[in-house]
Amino acid sequence: MTLVPQAIILGILTGGVYALMASGLTLIFGVMRIINVGHGALVILGAYLSFALLRSLHIDPFLSLVVTMPAMFVLGVVMQVVFVRPLKGDREALSVLVTYALALGIEGLLGFFFTNNYQQLNAWYETASIPLFNFRIAYVYVFGFALCLAILGGIFWMLYRTTFGRAIRATMLNRTAAQLVGVDVDRVSALAFGVGVATAAAGGVVFGITNVFNPGSHYDLISRLLTIIVLGGLGSLRGAIVGAMVMLISTDVTAVVISPVWASFVFFVILIGVLVVRPQGLYGITVRDRA
Amino acid sequence: MTPARRTSALKGGALLVVVVLALLVPVFAADPATTNIAVFTTMYVGLATAWNIMGGYTGYISLGHAAFFGFGSYALGLLLAHLGIAAGYTPFLFVPVAGILTVVIALAIGWIALRTRAATFVIVTISCMFILQLLAENLVGLTGGGSGLSFPVPTWSGDFFNTPYYYAMLVLALVGLAVSAGIRRSKFGLGLLAIRDDEDKALAVGVPARGFKLTAFVISAALVGMIGAVYGYYVTYIYPQFVIDPLVGLSMVLMVFLGGLGTLWGPVVGALILEPAQLWLSYNFGASRLYLVFYAAVFLVVILLLPRGIVPSVTDLVVRWRHGSAAGPAGGSSETREALAAPGVRSP
Amino acid sequence: MSLLEVDNLSKKFGGVTALDGCTLSVEPGNITALIGPNGSGKTTVFNLITGFASRDSGDVRFQARSIAGLSPDRIYGLGIARTFQLARIFPRLTALENMLVPVRRAGLRGLFSRGQWHEEKSRAMEMLTFMDISHVAASLGGSLSYGQRKLLELAAVMMARPQLVLLDEPAGGVNPALLERIGEHIRELNQQGVAFLLVEHNMPFVMGLCHDVVVLHRGTVIARGTPSAVRENPVVLDAYLGA
Repeated sequence: MTLVPQAIILGILTGGVYALMASGLTLIFGVMRIINVGHGALVILGAYLSFALLRSLHIDPFLSLVVTMPAMFVLGVVMQVVFVRPLKGDREALSVLVTYALALGIEGLLGFFFTNNYQQLNAWYETASIPLFNFRIAYVYVFGFALCLAILGGIFWMLYRTTFGRAIRATMLNRTAAQLVGVDVDRVSALAFGVGVATAAAGGVVFGITNVFNPGSHYDLISRLLTIIVLGGLGSLRGAIVGAMVMLISTDVTAVVISPVWASFVFFVILIGVLVVRPQGLYGITVRDRA
Repeated sequence: MTPARRTSALKGGALLVVVVLALLVPVFAADPATTNIAVFTTMYVGLATAWNIMGGYTGYISLGHAAFFGFGSYALGLLLAHLGIAAGYTPFLFVPVAGILTVVIALAIGWIALRTRAATFVIVTISCMFILQLLAENLVGLTGGGSGLSFPVPTWSGDFFNTPYYYAMLVLALVGLAVSAGIRRSKFGLGLLAIRDDEDKALAVGVPARGFKLTAFVISAALVGMIGAVYGYYVTYIYPQFVIDPLVGLSMVLMVFLGGLGTLWGPVVGALILEPAQLWLSYNFGASRLYLVFYAAVFLVVILLLPRGIVPSVTDLVVRWRHGSAAGPAGGSSETREALAAPGVRSP
Repeated sequence: MSLLEVDNLSKKFGGVTALDGCTLSVEPGNITALIGPNGSGKTTVFNLITGFASRDSGDVRFQARSIAGLSPDRIYGLGIARTFQLARIFPRLTALENMLVPVRRAGLRGLFSRGQWHEEKSRAMEMLTFMDISHVAASLGGSLSYGQRKLLELAAVMMARPQLVLLDEPAGGVNPALLERIGEHIRELNQQGVAFLLVEHNMPFVMGLCHDVVVLHRGTVIARGTPSAVRENPVVLDAYLGA
């Protein structure tokens, strides 16, 4: 049954995409303690932006990132400053609603400009593929995976090798303490949000190439992403990556071994299983407050 | 009469007037279009009030309550189908049974979801909702899958048709309000509010947080399930993605936030404002996706400008007007106004 | 039989050993102080006793029953109450409501019966009067001054008539006049039979109030005795000055 190894490889490749998208999401949570429920919509927005560039200017989807990533970085910063920073009171709960509202707004606008028809990003080399063992892997999957590795690598480099990255990690660990040592947490939050949204642009390209999508696709996407970061442990980058791999590999294998219909189901069942045993996720810190 | 007694009497009187007016709605506005609006508005009053019992009192925000709405729908539909109940008034008698079945599923979901705190809890509730949706779509033998499930259709005349449903929704909304009020005045309710303020401190003074949270969750879910059951019967045909609909779950949350999270009347106010607006918007703009943009805009305006919701903001204004000074309620300091959200339990 | 026995308790947090075979006891009706340099593990002992952290090894016994591993609400139900280093009350509830939150027995009857509710309310007002803060009964917890919060916190935990109260730095952040009041309240409650275990840095306060003193250093007990004996103990002086 060569289908299973193929499914595993596919799972790894698509896991990379989800890892990229989930990392942006978990980074945002770690720094600001908000759940960006609109992350799925931002990914789809990224996909549509690249789609528009492809359709009107015939720019290759991967190349379009040169434009879309900076653009969405700016969008992310603006969103954080305008909609998230002013929140008072119960920030965690309110931020969920705010980002959900933004997601709906994005969905509405996309539907208005692009209609509800399903689209897909097509590169001219889409059907070309590399032979591996008994089957072929499309180039686009490989490029996509390489892109994910590159960006994830970039994020780790930024976090652990730059001053800005240190400021982010400090804010993630203890916001007040970071402020006390001179970190401008507001600025760090805005920029971190921007980075998160920029990764959504990249995720959007790879997602758009490997899936058909329409404005309503963000529901399914965000529910998977949220599941992944909860599985991995909120705020943990490593957790996001491991979580994505676990989820996607098991989903793809289930699709092949049992049926595609139950594949999504397995996704959530794994989450429930892990949470019953370990509520903080694989790499999360323990939930109980210290007195 | 003492001033306190007088206020109580006034409040009681006002309440009575409102209830009587609500009962007479189908008499005043007999056309199906209006009664349809009445059915949906009352439905959301009930949903918002029920959601508030968990989200408002304990502070645990569930974005997956649509799961219970849909579950209740399917529960009633399947009960009616398997027991061969004919259309008419009898199906309404089975709504409480759908509620009990919802209790069972809520216990399961609640037990898992409440192992986590705050942020994770939100996500787990969303996940559970999607799981239920997937089950509804894929257990075709049970639920009819994507083709949907039908309910028996009553043979009442066109003009009268909506009325029994309206009263059913009204009853559930009033029951929800009564339960919500009862909880707030009880030690159980105080415990929930304590959990919301500081869960670990609540544990430290003996509040059995897990049990309390689970109880509130189950009560909230059961009410939502029963309302979902009546909804299913009203629309006579349900599909998984429309009855387990994230937008329904989101609407009830937004209404509570608009009206005032954790207050008794906030959810009612929020529903009375938002549902007619929602219906109007979807009627006029539903075809184009701009409907969603308007909705999102309202949402954002509410949250950014009125973070505590209408009822607490208005109460604040009234109190300030009454006391005539800049100071807020007893112990006035800017801290008070920040801290003030739910008025808390008032002595009976 | 000691009221509370901590038996060879050990706890590590990652690489840090907070408690290393800590053994102490509190006798019924006593006011015992737990002192020691910063980082000696005092708050960790509290957290382990009250169920906010789990032990690595050792046991905690209350009235000869092991309570290690129980959840905080069960422990409160058994008769052990605690206050926190930074006074913790419920900011969005009024002072009176704060008093009514503590749950003695989580039976259904207790939660919904009106008669019991009434009785609780009058007891709550009595306690508030006892602490001289009855005038803020209707004020929101969030609007109270720090001193009032400290008094409210203590008053509230007393509602379930605990036999042992753990006070985490009761003198922390309070002015001398309030401190005297707190000391008096502790003495009065003690005379009614309540035992206390205090973590405290304020030595005069400890010396004037406590029956005996336990000294903790680097997670283990290095001395125990009456206040005056401990004060003279060279091992103790060494730990404080050397630490």
